[in-house]
Amino acid sequence: MLNIEGIDAGYGATTILNGVSLEVNQSEVVTIVGANGAGKTTTLRTIAGLLKPTTGRILFEGEDITKMSAHDIVELGITLIPEGRQLFPDMTVRENLLMGAYRRGARDHQAETMDHVMELFPRIRERLDQHASSLSGGEQQMVAIARGMMARPKLLMFDEPSLGLAPIIVAQVFEVIGKIVASGATVLIVEQNVFNTLKAADRGYVLENGSIVLSDTAEALLKDDHVRQAYLGI
Amino acid sequence: METFLQVVANGLMLGGLFAIISIGLTLIFGIIKVVNFAHGEFLMAGMFLTYLITTQLGLHPYASVVVVAPALFVLGAVTQKLLIQPLLSARDEHVQIFATVGLSTAMINLALLIFGADIANTPSSGLRSSIQLGPVRILEGQLYILICAALLVVGLEFFLRRTQTGRAIRAVAQNRAAAQLMGINVNWIYVLSFGIGAACVGLASSLVAPLYPTSSTIGTYFVLTAFVVVVLGGLGSIPGAFVGAIIIGLLDSLAGFYIGSDLREAVVFGVFLVILILKPSGLFGTRLKLSHIS
Ligand SMILES: Nc1ncnc2c1ncn2[C@@H]1O[C@H](COP(=O)(O)OP(=O)(O)O)[C@@H](O)[C@H]1O
Ligand SMILES: [Mg+2]
Repeated sequence: MLNIEGIDAGYGATTILNGVSLEVNQSEVVTIVGANGAGKTTTLRTIAGLLKPTTGRILFEGEDITKMSAHDIVELGITLIPEGRQLFPDMTVRENLLMGAYRRGARDHQAETMDHVMELFPRIRERLDQHASSLSGGEQQMVAIARGMMARPKLLMFDEPSLGLAPIIVAQVFEVIGKIVASGATVLIVEQNVFNTLKAADRGYVLENGSIVLSDTAEALLKDDHVRQAYLGI
Repeated sequence: METFLQVVANGLMLGGLFAIISIGLTLIFGIIKVVNFAHGEFLMAGMFLTYLITTQLGLHPYASVVVVAPALFVLGAVTQKLLIQPLLSARDEHVQIFATVGLSTAMINLALLIFGADIANTPSSGLRSSIQLGPVRILEGQLYILICAALLVVGLEFFLRRTQTGRAIRAVAQNRAAAQLMGINVNWIYVLSFGIGAACVGLASSLVAPLYPTSSTIGTYFVLTAFVVVVLGGLGSIPGAFVGAIIIGLLDSLAGFYIGSDLREAVVFGVFLVILILKPSGLFGTRLKLSHIS
């Protein structure tokens, strides 16, 4: 579904990613594991079209999206739930969710998707008319995920969904992601909680200093010595 | 008592005028975070256009709005597309300031070239006649300006809060990167917003032209007040601009009558400064989120 072929990308003159290749197939859950600053966010932002690769190609369902603008990529069905939530602070929760359904592929199913998302996030329902900025960190993260789902994406990308949240909330976030995965969604996820993420994933890539150094099934990565030492602390 | 009511009524009318010329400025700033220093000259262009349409075609000045507002929309959209947008990537944000200052100067010179230094009087079509409203007398045209300013505020708030495009505009203003992730074409929203803000100036032009003689410097005459109103109301707040305009209008009128017309401006700016010291973000201002201006 998503094929990344040897991309270099970065910020201005600084190259962060060096020849990164990876793929995500239909209904797969794929994770990118890596230390702080390895380039995980940069990878997701490049796929989303916020950054442009200087070399290499990105294909989505066979179509070359390397040079496509971010909003056109969303139209194709790729949605990124960004690091740090990035809600619209002075909009209500409801308005934030409606913005999630902005893309044409989702606009006509808005009410229907909203019902579905409310089932998944019953606690958001009571908060619909509150300003997003008035929510707790955990609630904001739930809204960010719900907003991503409102787009009815074909590929859903998560960037550190549990970052900075209390342990109980982290468990809730993983429960929700588990439900999304169980519904057959195609997911690319970056998460500091490597163990839980590999448990939920089908395959994984290990990114170090902007390069993929290892790729395998999640099961194999959980047993890999390097992964255990560097990322699981075992 | 009747004098007092008359002075207050004059202040309200002045407030309506200040509001109608300020709404476009605050809208553009609130969304694009660009101060349009050519704002006054947009008004000047709209007033000259109103003058031309009214005198050449013999139309009522208000009827000219169907041409002037779309024309100003295009002027605003083109300014964003061809002047501001290419500069967005410029390292130095001050480049944008110089760009709109330059545009302002260019427009004044263009107006001098076309219309000379003369004053263009748009036919008033009865709008300068006064009507009796209870104990006070006011100019008909001024009353319509106040009503239109109020309707414009309500209309824009409805558009921004209740329509998909309006919400997209607010989303871009609040978090540009997140808006992109929703599939919003941010550059297009900027062009649209500059166009809408300029179209508001177009509406103002056709309302103001029958009451004020138009000249190449008319923009400079109005624009300082517009900036004061916008800052007082809270940069980017449309209802704030309206309330700010009414306050400035009332102050202007009351100070002019009771303290003396030569001290009018001193009082207006004095109160303006006091309010800003007490509430630096303006009456309706949320704290400016500089992180979103990137
Ligand atoms: N906006 C930016 N401008 C310049 N460098 C950046 C920017 N964002 C991140 N970087 C740098 O890119 C590298 C990779 O960052 P990132 O992709 O955020 O890592 P990760 O998500 O794996 O923690 C880091 O060295 C970081 O300092
Ligand atoms: Mg990151």
